[in-house]
Amino acid sequence: MSPAAVRLPRGRGLFVVLLTEELQQAPGIGVLPGVEVDESAARRTLRTQIARLESELGAAFTSAFPRVGLEWSVPSRGGPRLLGLGELEMLRDDLAERLAGIRRELARRAGQEDEARRLIEHMLADPAAHKWVRVTNADLGLTGCRNWHVRPRLGLIGMLMGWWRVKVSSGCPLPRGPARSRRPRVA
Amino acid sequence: MDPTELTEDPRPVAGAVAPEVASEFPELRLLSLTLHATSPRSPREVRQRLKDLSDRFKGAQAVAMRRQPIPWAYRVFYRHIGLDPETDRPPMEALALDRLLKGHFRSQSLLDDALTIALMETGVPLWALDADTVHGDLAIRLARQDEALGRASTAPPLPEGGLVIVDGEGPVAVLFGPIAPGHGVTPKTTRMTLFALQVAGVPEIFVEEAFWECVSILGAGGP
Repeated sequence: MSPAAVRLPRGRGLFVVLLTEELQQAPGIGVLPGVEVDESAARRTLRTQIARLESELGAAFTSAFPRVGLEWSVPSRGGPRLLGLGELEMLRDDLAERLAGIRRELARRAGQEDEARRLIEHMLADPAAHKWVRVTNADLGLTGCRNWHVRPRLGLIGMLMGWWRVKVSSGCPLPRGPARSRRPRVA
Repeated sequence: MDPTELTEDPRPVAGAVAPEVASEFPELRLLSLTLHATSPRSPREVRQRLKDLSDRFKGAQAVAMRRQPIPWAYRVFYRHIGLDPETDRPPMEALALDRLLKGHFRSQSLLDDALTIALMETGVPLWALDADTVHGDLAIRLARQDEALGRASTAPPLPEGGLVIVDGEGPVAVLFGPIAPGHGVTPKTTRMTLFALQVAGVPEIFVEEAFWECVSILGAGGP
C-alpha cells in the first residue's frame, strides 16, 4: 500500500503506514525473502466485522426514527474498488466510532425526552407553577406539531386571576385546498 | 453475443469474475441475459401494476428496509467495496427514497418500469445494455491504466483499479454505477442485455425471480 493512497483521519492512517514502513525497514524484522504474507484471512475477518457493524447501525437507524439530526454517513473510500487491509481497518474503526457516537447521542436524547415527559406531567399537575412553559412533540422525539402549552384561561383575566391551564394544540395546520383554487382563472 | 431467445423460462448466464476480485468476494456473481425486446411506453397493465406497487409501499417500509436481508446484503457489499450507502444509495433504497419524495413510482418506459417492478418485488437490481453495443460475454474485473468508460470519444476516464463490468472490448459499466455512454438502451434498441450482481447474502432464487419479472414484463409489453 502506498502512503499516498491512504486517507489520514485523525492520524490513524498515518500510523498504519509508518508502522508498515518501519517494520519493512527494520533489520531482522519482517518477512523472509521469497515469503509472501497472506492477508486475505485478516481482510475476511474485517469484512465480517464491517457487516456486523452495518447491521447494528441499521438497527440503531430503525430505533432512532423519527428523530432527526443524527449523522449516519461514514465517508466512502473512493470505491467501487478492492480495499486493502489498512483501509478496511480504518473503515471498521470509523463504523464503530459512528455507531458509538449515535448510541451516545440517542441515550442523551432519550434522557431529554424522559425529562420532557415528566415536565408535561408536572405541568398538568400544577399549571400555575409552569407559566408559559411549552413542550413540543420534537422535545419528545416524535413527529408532528402537537404541543403542550401552559396558558391563562380567558387571556388577561386568567393571568390576573391565576387561572392557568395546559392547552394541547390540535396538531399540524391542515393542508391548503387543491392547487387549482389558487390558480388565477384564464378567461 | 448470441441473444437468448425470449422463452417461457429464460435462464441468465454467469459471467466471469476476475481472479483477484473473486478471491476477495467469492460469492460475487454477474448474471446476464440477452433478449429481443424494445422499450416503448408501458401498457396500461404495467402502469397499473406500478401504481399498485406505489400504493403498497409505505414510509415505515423505507425506514425498516436496511434491516431486510437483501437490501442489507447490498449495503454491506457497498461498504466492502469502499462506497458509502448513505451517499451512494443502493438501488432499492434510492428507488424507495424517490417514491417517498415523489409520492409514487413514475412510469417512464417499459424497460424502466420493468426494472422498477423487479427491484421492488425482489430487492435485486438489474441493469440493461443495448445488446448491439455489447461484444462478447460480460465480466467483472479491475479497470486498467488509461481505460475509459465506454468506447465513445467522450468516454469518461476510469480510475485504475476501480471495479467495472466489461465486455470483450472494454468497460461498459461501473459496478453499481453508471452505464457507459452509448451502451444504454434507447428507443431504437431492439435487443437488450439485462444483467444483475449477486452478492453474499442474496439467494439465487431472488436473482432468477428478478430476471423472470423483468423479462415477463418486457415480453408482455413488447412488439
